[in-house]
Amino acid sequence: MIRLDGVSYAYPDTVRPVLENVSLDIGRGTIAGILGASGAGKTTLAKIIAGFIPHVDGGELSGTVSVEGQGMGDLQLAEAVSRVGLVIQNPFNQISGARYTVREEIAFGLENFGVARPEMQDRVGEVADLLNLGPLLDRSPYELSGGQQQLVAIASMIVLRTPVLVMDEPTSQLDPAGTRMVFDVLSTLRGAGITVVIFEHKLELLHQHADVLYVLADRSIVAAGDPTDILADAHLAEWHIGSTRYTRVARAAQKRGLLAGLRHLPVSLEQAVAVFADDGGAR
Amino acid sequence: MTGMHLRFEDVHYRYPAGVEAIRGVSLAIEPGERVAIVGQNGAGKTTLVRHLNGIFKPTAGTVHVGDWLTTDHDIAELAARVGYVFQNPDEQLFARSVQADVEFGPRNLGVVPEETTRRAEQALATVGLVEQKNAHPHHLSLSERKRVALAGVLAMHTPIVVLDEPTTGQDAAGIDMVGKVMDTLAADGRTVIVITHDMDFCAEHFPRVVVMTNGQIQADGDARTVFGLAQTLAEAAVEPPQLIRLSQRLGWGYSPLNTAEFVEYCARRRSERVG
Repeated sequence: MIRLDGVSYAYPDTVRPVLENVSLDIGRGTIAGILGASGAGKTTLAKIIAGFIPHVDGGELSGTVSVEGQGMGDLQLAEAVSRVGLVIQNPFNQISGARYTVREEIAFGLENFGVARPEMQDRVGEVADLLNLGPLLDRSPYELSGGQQQLVAIASMIVLRTPVLVMDEPTSQLDPAGTRMVFDVLSTLRGAGITVVIFEHKLELLHQHADVLYVLADRSIVAAGDPTDILADAHLAEWHIGSTRYTRVARAAQKRGLLAGLRHLPVSLEQAVAVFADDGGAR
Repeated sequence: MTGMHLRFEDVHYRYPAGVEAIRGVSLAIEPGERVAIVGQNGAGKTTLVRHLNGIFKPTAGTVHVGDWLTTDHDIAELAARVGYVFQNPDEQLFARSVQADVEFGPRNLGVVPEETTRRAEQALATVGLVEQKNAHPHHLSLSERKRVALAGVLAMHTPIVVLDEPTTGQDAAGIDMVGKVMDTLAADGRTVIVITHDMDFCAEHFPRVVVMTNGQIQADGDARTVFGLAQTLAEAAVEPPQLIRLSQRLGWGYSPLNTAEFVEYCARRRSERVG
């Protein structure tokens, strides 16, 4: 579905590549989480998968990037955008600035794709229901809070019904309820066969929703696999990636001589309850 | 540097479009306190703290920053007392280099050039951006831009520092760094107010927590007590920190605020059981 083979990239006028020899193979209808410290190249990788690199940013891209078997480098940007929706990190910059209401803002991409008006209205209504944006549809995008703008940015991509969504920290401005809603919506989209690549720091939610996690460090993918295994990986700290408080507290308890014989560090609340209930917790 | 007391008295604020965002807030904060304001999007958190630097003036009620009534002072004057780090750094950064941006605040307050430079260098060292000092802020990542904005406020040496969502977009090291900055500001005696959705960060660095919903304060107290108010938090759509959720599931009747407290309590239970 999404396949990167030996991808390396350097921005224009720079020598040192941001990414080197990155390979990924993400199946259809998957939620793939990508972890990485600031500066690891996450935003660059998001733009590469979405075709914004090299179409918009230029630079030296080598290796191959394909979505549904189609090489992204062979497509015009407009064609790439119809396959991959990109939710950028800062919602304040995703709002088009060309529309006066949230309704028009969400419809903006559909207008550009030439979707007929009745269908456009139906699709905007549908995505507004999905993300609880109904009461905001007639407001100006610029009057909204940061969290509300972020939901509008997400809605404006989901409405396009691209087979792939790439999301760069899509819940950074949202409260816990809004964040859970977005992850639940992503799980629903996965059920409809949409593939989601999400760059996130919220490890507990990634553990609950992602099918696979990748770790981006030292300009390449250094680990990939089941979320429970990746989040308990002892190397995460070396890659400057945090761990859930459940994992941290279990490590600290082990250092204190508690949890003797523990073989798998907990990464989620449920796992931590099981671990600590056996060692002085619930009894 | 000493902090300064803050006082909101029955504050109401209505946006020009008619929405009443703050509906009768009274809150007193002592010099040197660290206070986190939490609550769901749209609860009025940002609107409330923007009264401190005079971006908003109350529709009714009063706000005091030290001995100043905010309605008697403009934003430029209040900037000498209240450093404000915006949620979106792009609302704050405008100079052509990181160093120039960080120097803008103190220079604007009339600090002499040598001292301005010294403060900027110190602030950039604190947020780990010395190497980027000549870069254009807009060539930096979002997390770096947020740290530039933080450095700009640190360099102003204001007695009050307000931070709106300082950890968003930061990786684990960035969050640790922001936490250390909070602790250092508190050690300097400055008053620190943060708005955050990151309850783990909040529990670890802010002894006092204020919960807001619909423009009103629902709870205000020490972090351990407030995070134990399950019903209030649920109504405010605030999720307790991970370690408190864990302790609640374990039926402890104790709310550990950090890893050390959790492990200590766990060890004590075990030794009591063995004993």
